[in-house]
Amino acid sequence: MIEWGLYNYWVVIFLMMTGLYVVIARGNLIKKIIGLNIFQVSVIMFYVSMGKVRGGTAPIEAAGFEVYSNPLPHVLMLTAIVVGVATSALALALVVRIKETYGTIEEDEIRRIEADEDAS
Amino acid sequence: MLDLVHLVLFTFLAVVAVAIIRLKDLFAAVMLMGIFSLLSASLFTVMDAVDVAFTEAAVGAGISTILMLATLALTDSEEHPEHNKFQAMPLIAVVLTGVTLVFATFDMPRYGDPDAPIHQYVAPYYIEHTEEEIGVPNMVTAILASYRGYDTWGETTVIFTACVGVMLLLGGHAIVDRFRRRKPPGREGEP
Repeated sequence: MIEWGLYNYWVVIFLMMTGLYVVIARGNLIKKIIGLNIFQVSVIMFYVSMGKVRGGTAPIEAAGFEVYSNPLPHVLMLTAIVVGVATSALALALVVRIKETYGTIEEDEIRRIEADEDAS
Repeated sequence: MLDLVHLVLFTFLAVVAVAIIRLKDLFAAVMLMGIFSLLSASLFTVMDAVDVAFTEAAVGAGISTILMLATLALTDSEEHPEHNKFQAMPLIAVVLTGVTLVFATFDMPRYGDPDAPIHQYVAPYYIEHTEEEIGVPNMVTAILASYRGYDTWGETTVIFTACVGVMLLLGGHAIVDRFRRRKPPGREGEP
């Protein structure tokens, strides 16, 4: 018997590991940033899915509703989304400068150019 | 218990993530990233996090995609497969970490459990006292701007720092001029 009550955590872990794999294994810098974004969404998903209460509604006070989902993870994740975009903007700016200087955004080529420079 | 809509959306999210990492065309990957954000926004809506959902839809699917496309325009929109030799080590490390984390989930409270520790301490206080103490019906707004206002202040500091960093790195219009008289790969010709 599969416990569907844990399915949300499993998908979150799958997404997290997908993102982590891209960050570690792919050489393309933009692909790495995409992986980082996937990782970030998975963390947000984790918090928000923990805040859900069975039979609850969105945490906006209204007559006739007694059970609300937990608003605290929502607040924390709002901050996380905006900060995540700020950091990925910074990362993309760095990629643009790397392209300008090295003429490539592939990690192994950048390493090769660096090694050539050190040798000469 | 998870509804069917949760199951379908979660599964779709995983499928899109796999598609993103397999694509060689970065332009297509960025567009799929937008779909990924939109899917997660709908998932946030069904999980009652409406404020997170519209922030994700605006910021994740909107601004993030635009920034990525702008970067692709200035760099390279194709991932070159010859740089991606298959390595076993990262895959092993990732699978091991994943299996460990899945093993850890069996101690987690089930989805939607009202007795989970996360719902016990400070959250009920916010839910009960927002109306009288802050007077705003939306609890997320009340916590964001009042109870945890210092978090938001810290967030604005981070955004300000990132903005300054991006401006210093790119230098506004200067970047476009530099690209117009760009030299071929390598740094030999530069002063």
